Amino acid sequence: MPATPLRPVKLLPVPALQIDGVSLEYRSGARVVRAVDRVSLDVYEGERFVLLGPSGCGKSTLLRAVAGFITPVEGAIRLDGAPIAGPGPDRIVVFQEFDQLPPWKTVLQNVEFPLLASRRATRTQARERALHCIEQVGLARFANAYPHTLSGGMKQRVAIARALAMQPRVLLMDEPFAALDALTRRRMQDELLRLGEETGFTLLFVTHSIEEALIVGHRIALLSPHPGRVRAELNAHAFGLDAAGGGEFQSAARRIHRLLFDEDDPREPIPERRWA
Amino acid sequence: MSAIQIPVRPEYERVLPPPALSAVERPLPFHGRLWRLSALRRGLLLVLLALAWEVVARWQDNELLVPTFVQTARALVDGLRGGELLERTRLSLGVLLQGYAVGVAAALVLTGLAVVTTTGRDLLATLTAMFNPLPAIALLPLALLWFGLGQASLVFVLVHSVLWPLALATFAGFEGVPETLRMAGRNYGLRGVRYVLHILVPAALPSILSGLKIGWAFAWRTLIAAELVFGASSGRGGLGWYIAQNRNEMLTANVFAGLALVILIGLAVESLGFQTLERLTVRRWGTQR
Repeated sequence: MPATPLRPVKLLPVPALQIDGVSLEYRSGARVVRAVDRVSLDVYEGERFVLLGPSGCGKSTLLRAVAGFITPVEGAIRLDGAPIAGPGPDRIVVFQEFDQLPPWKTVLQNVEFPLLASRRATRTQARERALHCIEQVGLARFANAYPHTLSGGMKQRVAIARALAMQPRVLLMDEPFAALDALTRRRMQDELLRLGEETGFTLLFVTHSIEEALIVGHRIALLSPHPGRVRAELNAHAFGLDAAGGGEFQSAARRIHRLLFDEDDPREPIPERRWA
Repeated sequence: MSAIQIPVRPEYERVLPPPALSAVERPLPFHGRLWRLSALRRGLLLVLLALAWEVVARWQDNELLVPTFVQTARALVDGLRGGELLERTRLSLGVLLQGYAVGVAAALVLTGLAVVTTTGRDLLATLTAMFNPLPAIALLPLALLWFGLGQASLVFVLVHSVLWPLALATFAGFEGVPETLRMAGRNYGLRGVRYVLHILVPAALPSILSGLKIGWAFAWRTLIAAELVFGASSGRGGLGWYIAQNRNEMLTANVFAGLALVILIGLAVESLGFQTLERLTVRRWGTQR
């Protein structure tokens, strides 16, 4: 990949989401474990930003902090310049687990409920928008079905429709396709990209799959484990679903693999490089 | 060359016609559909039990000890026709519903507090550990002392019998709500009472319903026992009083009729009330089989 000169920071717009020197800790028995150590990342409007790393690199913890479920012990997370205080409907999370949908609500009720609960829309507006988003994820026929009658992939589609209907400032996805079979996962990635083109959402996406990161992301942050720190930030604008398997794609994947798993001296400073 | 040659066969593709609908789905056969009606299955069981009762009672041939099914049924019908049993039942049910309603409300408040604050949680744990093992009937002397001979005493012991098991079940249900669902709810911006009502209560409904059922049964037991013990105040006794009175007069068939009525009301509430509630909620949602 050609190295281009650093782009002057002045020309960049204000990031939609700023993760600024954030450290996260959790209690494990009598000890305090540092999961994320001074991570700084910027996500711009309309960008699909991927957090990629092995298990234990704190990527999900970081995403939960952005969602507001965890408070940073140092640093700040800002959305449009304002610091985040607790969970809120401007950052909707699509979880990996299938039990994220309240089972006592039908597909339609599930999608419209957050709109009503957060008082963002009237009953008719909510219904209209919910139906539109359900249509977008291809579940129009199942609008009145209960979640327990749906397959895993369909449940994730409902969760995505629910998130889209809220039109959040940032869409957060925590390994949303990890519990799906390989074929369904591929189709879901395809649909996610299509929805991204259609709606232009800003996405923060957590995955441990190098391939998925390259396909889904515009930009990828590689996190190293124990504690989670940023190893590198890479660009993946060039790779869509068709790119998988191509030569450049393979070499990018190899490069990420090397960055994640090389046993070089970890204390060696990581050169800060930016790619256009 | 090895002795075994794996044959290389030609590849092929075929276009599949859409399947005939009858091959994909077919209805159960008639007797299968009939067997799915749980009312029918239960009714059949009841008939068999009644038959066994009749046989045993006739074989015993002592109507002071074991009246037959037919005698009991006659006593029941006579009692209902005469209006005495109906009046007794009305009195019992009235007190029962009052105690039950107050107990349920108190349990919800207590568990709501336990979810929101650590102190509330400690309070609930301590109170249930202290009072749940205490038989409601053991509180009756105290209740009589405090509230006198009347409905208030009955309601007091009823509340005691409903509150603790229901609070325990509800709290266990709240504790069992999956973390992802909790986060999804908070993600919507729900908090406080709205969070409890919109997320925790529906998610914990299987446990809450089972707590409601246990509370209902406990309340019935307590009520009948309490009426047996202190009887009627100014002639306004309920079913328990009816049973005690007829035992004193050695009208065993009437005693059986009173007991049968208690059982019948229990069955009716179970199948009409709780099962309907379950069918409309937890079974429909797939949170309970």
